[in-house]
Amino acid sequence: MKKSVPTNQVKLLQGNEACADAAIAAGCRFFAGYPISPSSEIAEFMSVLLPRVGGKFIQMEDEIAAMGAILGAAMTGAKVMTATSGPGYSLKQENIGYAVMAEIPCVIVDVMRGGPSTGLPTSPAQSDVMQARWGTHGDHPAVALVPSSVGEIYEETIRAFNIAERYRIPVSLLIDEIIAHMRERLVVPDESQIVLWQRPRPTVPPEKYLPFGETPTGVPPMADFGTGYRYHVTGLYHDARGLPKDSPEVVDSVLRRLMRKIDLGMAEIQKYEEVGLLDATVGIVAYGSSARSAKAAIRMARARGISVGLLRPVTVWPFPEDAVRNLGNRVKHIIVAEMNLGQLVLEVERVVAGRCAVHRVNRVTGEPIPPDEILAKIEELAKT
Amino acid sequence: MFDYEKYLRLEMFPHIWCPGCGDGIVMKSLLRAIDRVGLQKDEICMVSGIGCSSRLTGYVDFNTLHTTHGRPIAFATGVKLAKPSLTVIVITGDGDALAIGGNHFIHAARRNINLTVLLFNNATYGMTGGQLAPTTPTGKIASTARSGSIDPPFDACKLAIAAGASYVARATSYHSQQLDRLIEGAIKHKGFSLIEVMENCNTYYGRPNKISLVELLEWEKDNTVNIKAAERMTPEQLQGKIITGLLHQTDRPEYVAEYEQHIARVQAKTRVPA
Repeated sequence: MKKSVPTNQVKLLQGNEACADAAIAAGCRFFAGYPISPSSEIAEFMSVLLPRVGGKFIQMEDEIAAMGAILGAAMTGAKVMTATSGPGYSLKQENIGYAVMAEIPCVIVDVMRGGPSTGLPTSPAQSDVMQARWGTHGDHPAVALVPSSVGEIYEETIRAFNIAERYRIPVSLLIDEIIAHMRERLVVPDESQIVLWQRPRPTVPPEKYLPFGETPTGVPPMADFGTGYRYHVTGLYHDARGLPKDSPEVVDSVLRRLMRKIDLGMAEIQKYEEVGLLDATVGIVAYGSSARSAKAAIRMARARGISVGLLRPVTVWPFPEDAVRNLGNRVKHIIVAEMNLGQLVLEVERVVAGRCAVHRVNRVTGEPIPPDEILAKIEELAKT
Repeated sequence: MFDYEKYLRLEMFPHIWCPGCGDGIVMKSLLRAIDRVGLQKDEICMVSGIGCSSRLTGYVDFNTLHTTHGRPIAFATGVKLAKPSLTVIVITGDGDALAIGGNHFIHAARRNINLTVLLFNNATYGMTGGQLAPTTPTGKIASTARSGSIDPPFDACKLAIAAGASYVARATSYHSQQLDRLIEGAIKHKGFSLIEVMENCNTYYGRPNKISLVELLEWEKDNTVNIKAAERMTPEQLQGKIITGLLHQTDRPEYVAEYEQHIARVQAKTRVPA
């Protein structure tokens, strides 16, 4: 039935459920997964939703297989996703690197729990931020998005697919367990309001097609397997046709193009929120559920007359260098609040490079950061 | 004379395989079998892992996916389920399929998903220099078992049958015409099919074990018995022999077809009335 007026539906959804709904809305038609807390609901919802729209769900024998299966499916033209948590994210890393090298669009959801190892299977953490950047071996570009509400999970899931497709790159969606299991009001946008990007596809005949050739955007067009464009895909360094080559020139140009395509897309891949920074002397950098604690702390601090604001990266990789550098120029102190022992703060310190003092609020107890802890740090700094 | 060139990426030659390697013999057999089935090049997706034999996908003019070590069956599962119209052939070695990728091997067999798995068994890790493989016969020398292996080897065919594969065959690189027919049968079969090809690595298995290339090939001839001939032989005569041919074929529900029916059932139940 065709609707003449867009209708936005209001729903009460769990974060993981919002992720599954958004994936379907983004056009995801293949999901392979393996059960792991606290992400399992995503696989459960996808197993229900995908066959309804003619898509495929498969529960694989392990995390590595799930990652491999989505990459195989993506080669046929499907938009694909898998979901996991820390231990599974570790297992998937080799195939994530393959996706970077072979330029296969895919979305990997990592619902972050406490680590290392089995750690805290059902408690929150934000300790996979560096894994999202450097988990797979070798130099490589990385894209990771960190939503901080159920509504933003919906939005960022769609954006994860869009970036993955347009840039032919694996995109990680890092959701901490709090947001994943929280139930919150969500305004589900009407289909007509959702903007979807597709992977670039060849416009030349097969004999002229270069699956890994140079283009102005750095992103070569990607043909679906089985459509007449026969080509080779490998994790080895390869020439424009995809055939293995290890000459120094080829190696250098491939790796630099992989990095460049993300640099060129920085403006649309980058996303962050700024709250109350105009008059702030103290700036907080926080993401995911920690940003919610930070917002509460800011309200309390402002009620006490302290000018403090928030820079909330939604895209953590590539790191929002300009925004953080600007913040470093504007404030006396930056507090980085995260549920780990200091990961993104390392990037903040690198970029701020002495422009202002950088402080940390960390918690690794498997509990959210209480706003009071951030407030205490704000008050301490306001006195200096 | 069979026209191999129409299936090859000629600019990729010379290939990386050592003189005397069995991989080229098996590749030619594979191309003859594909030709006999009558498939178009666009209809075939060939997926390989890591190892000498897995380099095959670079040489052939199909939709080719050279994946990570041990994972080609997992990738192939995604290809086949997402696009059932493709004929998906997995090129894998004994280390790739039975060691690092053993889990995917047994689970794809369990699902009976319509893949053709061509397993090149040379009883060693050739690409990395002749280390102990899960198929190296006990007592043989490997670069990580200098005084002889104490590990018992896997029987890939028994493993596949036990896991639920519905077409299981064994061949050798010596009996290449038999291999043609077995690959052809596997491609036509609807379900998970395995062809284990016993072949040689004269560089890294033959040399340390002081077995010449000719002896390796003669071993393939002298120590194997076709399953039909084996039926007429006594247990004593079969002592130490390896049975080749089509060892097992059954008719079981195939995974992709089952999933398509699942979609139809779900959609019938959830369809919004017009």
